[in-house]
Amino acid sequence: MGNFLVARLAQAAIVTIVVGALSFVLIRILPGDAAMRIAAGRYGPDASITEAAAKVRLELGLDRPVAVQFLEWLGNLLRFDLGHSLVTAAPVVHELQVQLGASAWLAAAALTLSILIGPAIGVLSGLRPGGVADRLGLAGAAIFRAMPPFVLGLLLMLVFSKQLSWLPPAGFGSPREILLPALTLALGLAAMSSRVARNSVAAVVKAPYFAFARHKGLPEAVVVRRHGLRNAAIPVVSYLGLQAIYLVEGVVVVESLFAYPGIGHALVHAIIERDVPMVQGTALVMGLMFVAIAALVDAISLWLDPRLRRTA
Amino acid sequence: MRMLRGLFMTVALGFLAAEAPANAQPLKVAGPWEITGVEPAQTGYVFSRLQVAETLVTADRQGKLVPALAERWSVSDDGLIWRFLLRDDALFHDGAPVTAETAAAGLKRAFSGAGVLSQAPITEIASEGREVVIRLAKPFSALPAYLVHFSTIILSPSSYDASGRISRIVGTGPYRVKSLTAPAKMELEESGHWWGGKPGIGEVHYLAVGQGETRALMAESGEADLVFSMLPVSVERLKANPELDVQVATIPRTRLLKVNAGSVFFDDVEERQALSYAIDRVGISKVILRNPDLAATQLFPPALKGWHAPDLAPLTRDVTRAKQLLADAGWMPGSDGVLTQDGRRFSVTLLTYASWPELPPIATALQAQLREVGIDAKVSVGNTSEIPARHADGTLELALISRLYSIVPDPVGTLLQDYRAGGSDWGATGWENTDVQAETARLAAVSDASKRAPSQRRAVQILQQELPSIPVTWSELAIVSSKRITGVQVDPLEVNYGLSAIRWAE
Repeated sequence: MGNFLVARLAQAAIVTIVVGALSFVLIRILPGDAAMRIAAGRYGPDASITEAAAKVRLELGLDRPVAVQFLEWLGNLLRFDLGHSLVTAAPVVHELQVQLGASAWLAAAALTLSILIGPAIGVLSGLRPGGVADRLGLAGAAIFRAMPPFVLGLLLMLVFSKQLSWLPPAGFGSPREILLPALTLALGLAAMSSRVARNSVAAVVKAPYFAFARHKGLPEAVVVRRHGLRNAAIPVVSYLGLQAIYLVEGVVVVESLFAYPGIGHALVHAIIERDVPMVQGTALVMGLMFVAIAALVDAISLWLDPRLRRTA
Repeated sequence: MRMLRGLFMTVALGFLAAEAPANAQPLKVAGPWEITGVEPAQTGYVFSRLQVAETLVTADRQGKLVPALAERWSVSDDGLIWRFLLRDDALFHDGAPVTAETAAAGLKRAFSGAGVLSQAPITEIASEGREVVIRLAKPFSALPAYLVHFSTIILSPSSYDASGRISRIVGTGPYRVKSLTAPAKMELEESGHWWGGKPGIGEVHYLAVGQGETRALMAESGEADLVFSMLPVSVERLKANPELDVQVATIPRTRLLKVNAGSVFFDDVEERQALSYAIDRVGISKVILRNPDLAATQLFPPALKGWHAPDLAPLTRDVTRAKQLLADAGWMPGSDGVLTQDGRRFSVTLLTYASWPELPPIATALQAQLREVGIDAKVSVGNTSEIPARHADGTLELALISRLYSIVPDPVGTLLQDYRAGGSDWGATGWENTDVQAETARLAAVSDASKRAPSQRRAVQILQQELPSIPVTWSELAIVSSKRITGVQVDPLEVNYGLSAIRWAE
């Protein structure tokens, strides 16, 4: 267990330096004058951008050598200071709190909903491969997987906001507002996780130990609970870990459709507006989250599967 | 399972809350603008429109300048010293009185920043008693109009942090900021001591919703009482909804082609005129904007009195004439139908940006229309800053932009910038005209309408003839409100949305 922690911490340190340096270098390499981009980001498309850019360049010291600017960021980082956004002037930490916090809630809600939907359908389908539940599950998975999130999101809005007036189509801050974007994401995730769970359960059902449990006369529910779920869960947990990562980084479309101020939306804006500290801060925290999620998945797998503990 | 139950409980509670009595409810407003920070030069318009902060001067719905924090103003006979007398009953939200000193300090900051005030010929901003005194290098009658701009909102000293940065908005309007979650959400409450009286609804919730379709659904689902900037495609559907009111106003914004008149493609006036004749403005307005009346037959829309010249020969479509003019300028059709001259193909890049969702589709429509006269245009949708950058390095050929003429309520403010010597970001590129410069300078110095008329006419005429910017369509602003509220008015200048006058319907 000690080794495991040390390895993950070392990984986190490496991620920090690599991500910080990479985002710094990549943003510099992108074509276009950074001061112009920042000025456009700040003052909008009606402003005199050339004149504003001259002031921005002076204010932010963008003419200083690149190495000096990078070392400054690294020095601040050692003091746990991520700097200020070049566009909004707010501390990056504050922006991350709001936007990453919002995204984390959305991701958690979506993942929870998808776990309620996906693996449940997967287990039902996997127990009787080729049966009615399996076929319906496959059809549903194909439809929800194939549908782009913005189409699904709009359909949900039309049903739950416009027709039924149950849920708001946009906003954030309360459970009412998180439901529609979370459901949009959850249905897409469940489409995949239900199939992973189905295959995993189908494999377990075919296994000799499962047949033995049935043959010795255990009731079906006990067979599934005691011998089925735990074995089938191992690949599903790894897959859910991947989905959690996808959720944090890949929900830009859903966030902008539902006016949800998440980290994906913020990162896209930061890159367009050449807001280097925001890009670095966001990429850094996301990188660390990936490490944390991977560690969590490993820990759960260890707990589920005692064989791993013996080999580790 | 417990979690699921908890989720349903909160949802149920949410519905119960929605049933609370109307007068205790907040006015829910949705608009496209995100609140990226609190620096007035950046996001002051949000605070001005939602009546959190105020300027010295404001404009009424017709564009006439009216008092706000300044009760009245006057100019010395030589036109060089302006005095703005502050009203004595204005208080900031923190209880501090609005003094001439505070106001002058705020204006000095705006003058040295990136806002429009830095473009006025100001030499000194000072306070004398209850007056803000502004001294100029030359007469500039448009000065009060510049003080309407959102970057000049007057804020309390408690808005600034130790380094002189603005850290929060403590203004003078009927609403004060209760909570701000940048970039999307702001809650406002009645400030309690506005000089203009008590607002009709005590609390306002603003939500930034970027997608037009989502905004329409906010109105339709009753989740927002007032929604700004509807997409043209949604307007018809919303008008048919019995629970909603839709108001539409023409705003002083023109979508136009910024042409590099210094490039080989557009250096002859005939080439620019040919480009103009190639454009099907009515078609674009009808299909993309759903309103054929928005076809821009000249730079300024009819709503801009004095600037729109009804008797000016309108810009129209005439493909034959366009081809003829291009042939006269030496462009001959090549084997693939694209014009050539001295071995050079008439192939240009048409830059645009997506800050306004209608620009990219208009650009592709223009691409097809230009192809009909033998011009090959490649559409490139990029960042807003690309156009000023390409203007500066001289590589710009053609750009589709959306230009606002009410940056200050007097369009001369925009014209001074756009057609000055050397051109500008959103104005002329490679084109200069001393007559236009002289007329705009005269307009900036003179305020008497009858004396301004000949100069306005002359400037507009030259621009229509020379086409350094080729108008494509005018713009309108659509606002949707729920029948639950009354007193909603559209402000075509988008200075102040008058939320304090809105009341719950009986």
